[in-house]
Amino acid sequence: MKTDIVLAGVGGQGILSIAAAIGLAALENSLQIKQSEVHGMSQRGGAVQSHLRISSDSIASDLIPLGSADLILSVEPMESLRYLPYLSKNGWLVTNIKPFINIPNYPGIEEILNEVEKIPNSVVIDADKIAKEAGSLRASNMAMLGASVPFLDIPYENIQNGIRQIFGRKGDKVVEINLAALEAGRKASEEKKTRNS
Amino acid sequence: MEKLLLLGAEAIAKGAIDGGMSGVYAYPGTPSTEITEYVQNSKYAKENNLHSRWSANEKTAMEAALGMSYAGKRAMVCMKHVGLNVAADPFVNSAITGVNGGLIITVADDPSMHSSQNEQDSRFFGKFALIPVMEPSNQQEAYDMAYSGFELSEKFKLPVMLRITTRLSHSRAAVKTSEIKKQNETSYPEDPIQFVLLPSNARKRYKLLLNLQGTIEEASENSEFNNYFDGKDKSLGIIACGIAYNYLIENFHGDKSPYPILKIGQYPIPSGKITQIYNECKRILVLEDGYPLVEEQLRGFFNKDNKVDGRLNGLIPRDGELNPDIIAKALGIKTITGNPVPKIVANRPPELCTGCGHRDIYEALNEVMKEFGPQRVFSDIGCYTLGALPPYNAINSCVDMGASITMAKGAADAGIIPAVAVIGDSTFAHSGITSLLDAVNEKSPITVIISDNSTTAMTGGQHSSAHGKIEDICRGLGVEPEHIKIITPLKKNHEDFVKLLRDELNYKGVSVIIPRRECIQTAAKSKKTEKLEKESTD
Repeated sequence: MKTDIVLAGVGGQGILSIAAAIGLAALENSLQIKQSEVHGMSQRGGAVQSHLRISSDSIASDLIPLGSADLILSVEPMESLRYLPYLSKNGWLVTNIKPFINIPNYPGIEEILNEVEKIPNSVVIDADKIAKEAGSLRASNMAMLGASVPFLDIPYENIQNGIRQIFGRKGDKVVEINLAALEAGRKASEEKKTRNS
Repeated sequence: MEKLLLLGAEAIAKGAIDGGMSGVYAYPGTPSTEITEYVQNSKYAKENNLHSRWSANEKTAMEAALGMSYAGKRAMVCMKHVGLNVAADPFVNSAITGVNGGLIITVADDPSMHSSQNEQDSRFFGKFALIPVMEPSNQQEAYDMAYSGFELSEKFKLPVMLRITTRLSHSRAAVKTSEIKKQNETSYPEDPIQFVLLPSNARKRYKLLLNLQGTIEEASENSEFNNYFDGKDKSLGIIACGIAYNYLIENFHGDKSPYPILKIGQYPIPSGKITQIYNECKRILVLEDGYPLVEEQLRGFFNKDNKVDGRLNGLIPRDGELNPDIIAKALGIKTITGNPVPKIVANRPPELCTGCGHRDIYEALNEVMKEFGPQRVFSDIGCYTLGALPPYNAINSCVDMGASITMAKGAADAGIIPAVAVIGDSTFAHSGITSLLDAVNEKSPITVIISDNSTTAMTGGQHSSAHGKIEDICRGLGVEPEHIKIITPLKKNHEDFVKLLRDELNYKGVSVIIPRRECIQTAAKSKKTEKLEKESTD
C-alpha cells in the first residue's frame, strides 16, 4: 500500500502535530514513512504544508509528485485549495470549515466551499465545533486527524496509540479529550465519505 | 542499535553523537538549527558533557570547533549556507592548518530560498577550500556520514564538509543507528606549529594540502557513497548528486532505471566513475540541488562534446529547488497535474505575530519617519524583517547579519541624515557590535533601534548571547549614556515612543533605543513549561 498526504494549514495552526500522530501510527504498524515539514519564516502565520508519505515499500522522494496525492488534509478551508495540483484524480480533499483570516483579501466562505464542491471527492467538517464538544477547542487538529482516518490504511488503534504517546506527558484528561475529538472527527468524516462517494 | 524517526538535521546530530563527538558549535539558522537543538536535548550528550551551547555567530562557532579539534577531540560546527560566509575566514584556513581531532563542518543550503537571502551552494566553498565534501541523499546517509565523517577527517587530518539542503534537513524518516563510539582523549597536535599560519609555515601547509588532493579524490572514487548503477539504455547517463537521486528514482516507480546512474555523495568528483559514465553514454544529464557544480566541470569552458544537459542549457531550471516533476520533465516522462489552484486562493505571506513587540516599534517608527523623509530605515535579519511587508512597509534593507547599522552609517556619511537602523538583540550580538563601534568612532548621525525580544525568535526561540548585556555593550563601545534609551513597546506607550524617536533622530550623533519586551512565542512557551512543571510537582 501507499498513501501520499498533503497536510495544509497556516503557520502556527499545528499541522505538524497531525503529521507526527500519523507518522507514529505508521511506524508502529511497520510501515515506511517520509515526512517533509516547513520550518522557518513561513511558520509566522504564512501558508504551510507538509508532505507525508506512507508505504509498505521503500519511499524514494521526500516530496510528493504533482497529481498523485491520495489525500489533502487541511485545517483551514482556503488552504485546502492551494495544493490541488498535487491531488490525484481519485484523491480526497478533507478540510476544516473554519477560516483563519489574517489577510485583507480573504475570499468569502461560500466561494471557497463552492470550489471545494467542484472536487469529486471531498469532505468538509467543522473540526472546531467537534473539538469544543469533545472538551477543548485546542483538540481541533485531532478532530481533523480523525477525519483523515477513513482514508488511511492504518489501523485505528495505532492512531489512538499515537495520540497517547504525544499527549501522555500532559496528563490523562488531555489524552481523553483528544481521543474523543479524534473519534468524533472520524465519525463525521465516515458519514460524509459514504454520502459523497 | 535502534531505529528512530528523525529529521535529516536530527540524523546528523545523532550520527555525530554516536560517532564520538565531544562538542557542537553553532549559531541558529534555518535549515540547520535542529542539529544543535537535538544535541542540547540529548540525555546522553548531557550525561557525557558534550558541548552544545549556542555561539555568538558562525565565525566564533567555527573557531571554537577548530580549537576543540586542536585539543584532539571530535567537533562539529553547524550553520546555514550564508553562515558559512561569516565563518569563511577560519573555514578556508582550517584546511591549511589541518585538524587534530575529527572536524565536520555541517552546512545546510536553502535552494529556493525558503528562509534565506540567497541560494548559494556550499559545495563550491568545499571545493574552494580543497577539502572532502559529503552530500547525503537521505536521512540514513545523513546519519552515516556524520557518524563516519570524523574518522575520514582524522584519516586525512583535514576538516570535512557535510552539505545538506532544506528538504533533507526538514524531512523525517526512519534511521538505524550504530554503536556509540567513545570520545577521544585530549591530545596535542603532533607538530607544535601546525596551526601557526605564518607565511613560511602556511606555504608548507598549503603544499601539503595540495599534495593530499590525489588521496582525497581516490577516497571519493572508492567511497561507499558514490555508486555506479549500470543500465541497458546507454543513450543517456544520469549523474545524480545528494537528494536529487531520490527525486530521480521516484520517477521509475519502483522499477530499475533503464539508464546508467552515477549517484554522488562524496566529493571531489570521482574522476574514474565520471569518466566511465561520460564515455559510455551518448548524453549526460546532471541533477544537482543547487548550483551546477558537477555540470560546469563536465562541460568545460568550450563545451566541446555538447552532450551535457542540466541547469546550464535550461533542461533543468537554472535556479530553485529540484523535485520529482522537474526531473520527470527533463527525462521526457509524462506527468499528470491535479486541478489548478482556484483564482480565489489569496497569497498568504508570513507576518509578525499578533501582540509582537516589533509591531509597536513599526507603528511608532512609521509615524515619526513621516517627519524625517522616506527610504532611510536600514534593517537586518530576523522576524522584524517582516516589517518590509504590508501593512508596515517600514524598512528599506535586509542584506546580511549586522548590515543595518553599518549601512545606516554609510548612508549618513553620504548625506542621508538622520539614518535609522533596526536590528534584533541576537543579530546585534552576532555582527552588530563592531558596526556600532565604527559609528561611534565617527559620531555618525544615526539612530539604532535594537529591538530586544530577548531571544533568537525567527529560528524558534534560542538563547540570545547578549541577553542582559546590551546596555553595557553599548556603553562599553562608547555610546553616550544619555543617548541609550529603553522603552517597553506597548500600545499604551505609543506617544512616548514617538517622542523618544523624534528626540533621538534630531540628535546629531549615535543614539541607541532599546525597545524591550519578550517575544510572545517564547513567553507563551515558558508559561506552558512552568505550568507543566508545577502540575508535575503538585
